[in-house]
Amino acid sequence: MDFKEKETTYDSLYASFEERIKKLQKLPRLKEDTSIEQVIKEHGFSRRDFMKWASAATAMLALPANFTPLMAEAIKVADRLPIIWLHMAECTGCTEALLRSANPSIDSLIFDYISLEYQETIMTAVGWQAEQNLEHAIEKYKGRYILMVEGGIPAGDSSHYLTIGGHGKHGEQISIDASEHAAAIFAIGTCSSFGGVQAAAPNPTNAQALSKVVDKPVINVPGCPPGEKNIVGTLMHYLLYGTLPALDVFNRPKWAYRLRIHDLCERRGHFDAGEFVEHFGDEGAKDGYCLYKVGCKGPYTFNNCSKQKFNQGTSWPIQVGFGCMGCSEPDFWDTMGTVNEPLRDRLYHTAFGGLGADATADRIGIGLLTATAVGIAAHAAIAAVKPPKK
Amino acid sequence: MNEDNTITEEVSHTENTPEETLPSGPKRVVVDPITRIEGHLRAEVIVGDDGIVQDAFVSSTLFRGLEIIAKGRDPRNVPLLMQRICGVCTYSHYLKSTMSMEDALGITIPYNAALVRSLMDTALFLHDHPVHFYQLHGLDWVDITSALKADPAKASKLAFKYADNPVGTGENDLIKVQETVKKFAEHPQGLGPFANAYWGHSTYRFTPEQNLIALSHYLKALEMQRLVAQMMAIFGGKQPHPQSLVIGGVTCIMDMLDPARMAEFMVKFKEMANFINNAYYADVVMAAEMYQHEPSVMQPISVKNFMAGDGILVGRNDYILSKGMILDGDISNVLDIDEDLITEEATHSWYQTDEALHPYDANSEPDHSKGYVDGESVGPDGKMIHSKNIDPNGKYSWIKSPRYDGKPMEVGPLASILISYAKGNKRVVPIVDEFLHKTGLPLSALFTTLGRTAARMLQAKVIANHGLEAFYSLVENLKTDEESCAIYTIDNDKEYKGRGIGEVPRGMLTHWTRIKDGVVSNYQATVPSTWNAGPIDANGVKGPYETNLIGLKIADLSQPLEIIRIVHSFDPCIACAVQVMDVRGNKISEYKVDPLYGGVCSV
Repeated sequence: MDFKEKETTYDSLYASFEERIKKLQKLPRLKEDTSIEQVIKEHGFSRRDFMKWASAATAMLALPANFTPLMAEAIKVADRLPIIWLHMAECTGCTEALLRSANPSIDSLIFDYISLEYQETIMTAVGWQAEQNLEHAIEKYKGRYILMVEGGIPAGDSSHYLTIGGHGKHGEQISIDASEHAAAIFAIGTCSSFGGVQAAAPNPTNAQALSKVVDKPVINVPGCPPGEKNIVGTLMHYLLYGTLPALDVFNRPKWAYRLRIHDLCERRGHFDAGEFVEHFGDEGAKDGYCLYKVGCKGPYTFNNCSKQKFNQGTSWPIQVGFGCMGCSEPDFWDTMGTVNEPLRDRLYHTAFGGLGADATADRIGIGLLTATAVGIAAHAAIAAVKPPKK
Repeated sequence: MNEDNTITEEVSHTENTPEETLPSGPKRVVVDPITRIEGHLRAEVIVGDDGIVQDAFVSSTLFRGLEIIAKGRDPRNVPLLMQRICGVCTYSHYLKSTMSMEDALGITIPYNAALVRSLMDTALFLHDHPVHFYQLHGLDWVDITSALKADPAKASKLAFKYADNPVGTGENDLIKVQETVKKFAEHPQGLGPFANAYWGHSTYRFTPEQNLIALSHYLKALEMQRLVAQMMAIFGGKQPHPQSLVIGGVTCIMDMLDPARMAEFMVKFKEMANFINNAYYADVVMAAEMYQHEPSVMQPISVKNFMAGDGILVGRNDYILSKGMILDGDISNVLDIDEDLITEEATHSWYQTDEALHPYDANSEPDHSKGYVDGESVGPDGKMIHSKNIDPNGKYSWIKSPRYDGKPMEVGPLASILISYAKGNKRVVPIVDEFLHKTGLPLSALFTTLGRTAARMLQAKVIANHGLEAFYSLVENLKTDEESCAIYTIDNDKEYKGRGIGEVPRGMLTHWTRIKDGVVSNYQATVPSTWNAGPIDANGVKGPYETNLIGLKIADLSQPLEIIRIVHSFDPCIACAVQVMDVRGNKISEYKVDPLYGGVCSV
């Protein structure tokens, strides 16, 4: 896209956002006498703080600065959005990631003021009362609620591996029923995006991605867990577009998952200079050398960790010297090889078929260039972008 | 439906109106989903006309099979995979799994690495316990709607009764909290996550002012948990699911050697310690005062066997929490744990093999051919409705029943605190004594649901007061030693076997592993919530969850708050508790492995 073309695209984008927000503004409020704007004031945030947050959110979504006022408008209509969050075969790590949402602390405020109708980890109601809340929300907000799902889904003949509620309803059926009338569906985390850890070979419970279970479009927000900003950002994106955002081949929002970890890595200079950590704790490790040779999967992984980091920007796996494990890629448990070794030095299914861990030991030493070339090729293929769905 | 029985005047009722529509005789109450926990859990009780629970069953409703998936994988991948057992006890499984590999391969990790791991562990405990008390368990004790009636000035003053330097209870803070919640309460649609709960229930014991103090801390705890998670992220890269442990040590050498980074950890630690001492401690003291005559939390517990592991290394062979075992509540005699006497069986669990076997020897495949059965239970409107029920004679849970020498055991902070106390642990004894003195409770009061909740706080306080000893040990050691990772190789022609054991926030955790042909050949985790939540064993003996529910009086069968309060006091972590054993082999004591050095850490 050249500059001119880009500008035109943004113009039309701006127009469509504007229209979308106007539409949302006409919707009845969930709570009559309150709005995000009001709430923000009551919590002691100035208009200035608010606009600062809006501009940060705008930058995060890779939109030009002139979108900031529009973002502010979008945030103000957020209190009309009911959310249903389901737990399937999961570890609650994605919910924990959601709880970390904080920086600036105004975004957690936004979560308080969207209407969190059903979320098993946080909600007070239990048992029948909890089930009533779910049914009630689906009925009341038909076609208007956002469905967020955490966890893989034991499907088909294996769906009995998860039941919820006094009627022993299978998780698969609960997902299907809740998706039916959702305005948008987000798969939060690698498990609901791609099946996740329980779907790793031999997938004993036939755990499936949400998109394999429901017949509606699903936006995948993978990561194990995804950073809190990707979860909140996806919601903001929905508010702006009203349709699904531009997605990559794995239905991940491009604004978060378009770049490889490797592209913006803080250790990239060392990669280019050929300076590598040879083993953990060596002198190179003390100097922050590239972690490629100790297994970093950054060259094959598409995510914005290098930019957003985790826990309010505290750190991320490459900063602590471990490297990327590729957790936002489909089937990464089975396809990314051994965590502490470069991918090209091993066969993909190292541990399977009786090959054993060292079956390919003689391959160690395959040139780094080969690996880099593969990385680039993978990027070219994966970055082929789907147009936004209508 | 029992339509015929809906007008049974001969049945005398002292209870609320809804139950007047219920038939006489024992009734079943199903609570599923149990929310505000990790995982998927159901509790079922049989209640007599007097409202007293006659029998109880607890069932986990999700199976994932991660141990099956671990088989055949490179040992270096498995700790990260095992970490995904749970995102709440994140790190616990990562750590114990890594330790099991190191034990198997005969690796001694550098002292620096052990201390960094310990610091990460303090960050987990200091995160997990307050989040449990406020976000998960808190609303079983605190009535949000009552807080609206409070006088903020009075509440602000009252806070000094429980803490020297109260947190978030200035009059202005409390007014703000009240206003926030008022908006929620006045708009039925706006209650969101707090909708349709048991507000106003007769067993809530706090005064409006006390509810307001605790509610303010509920909101403050949300803020604090972000801060304490950053502590983990300093050395772990992220939280949940940190990523800086490798077999042999830690990778975060740059952070360890960076004084600014270290200081950041220390400052955050102290801030969190202040919250624990002046909010969490204070609120539990307040709960002890107000709930000590509430039968639903003061009923003596009946499984009085406790087991705990070592916890939080702060110096060479110096742990903050003591390991050991107490039987029949006899704290005068702390026994050593013989790991060979641990078995798990599946008489009432959805697995094919019923037999009691040691984790190394067991073998099971899932069997859900008989799930729940059709029946009736008390519905949300207080009428009998159709439901899928547990068949107590058959299999009814994905959790197995671990036993020690055939006995059920309780694990968790209560076990840890009791064992440390009984052993005269110098860091623990004064803190327990101070708490008992302040609340006026006898030691026996710890053997209750209230005691279990208090013990969790006491454990957090012990760590808040002493955890930085690990930090100072690390600083001291770094003056002469910068090692962070041991060097090792895995010999494909050898078989290895080892386990990682120790105390984690929910109790004693063990990971057992075998390595053959360079890959993990068998794997098993014996997890705290499994000990506590397991179903009936072959001898008809129940575990801690189920026995704790029996004898409980329930005020309103359609609002089973008392059940929830007891179940939550264990801090259930059900994704953790459910695992299948697929392990065959010899006893760990029979297998001796020589350390192998000479390779590099990355291999």
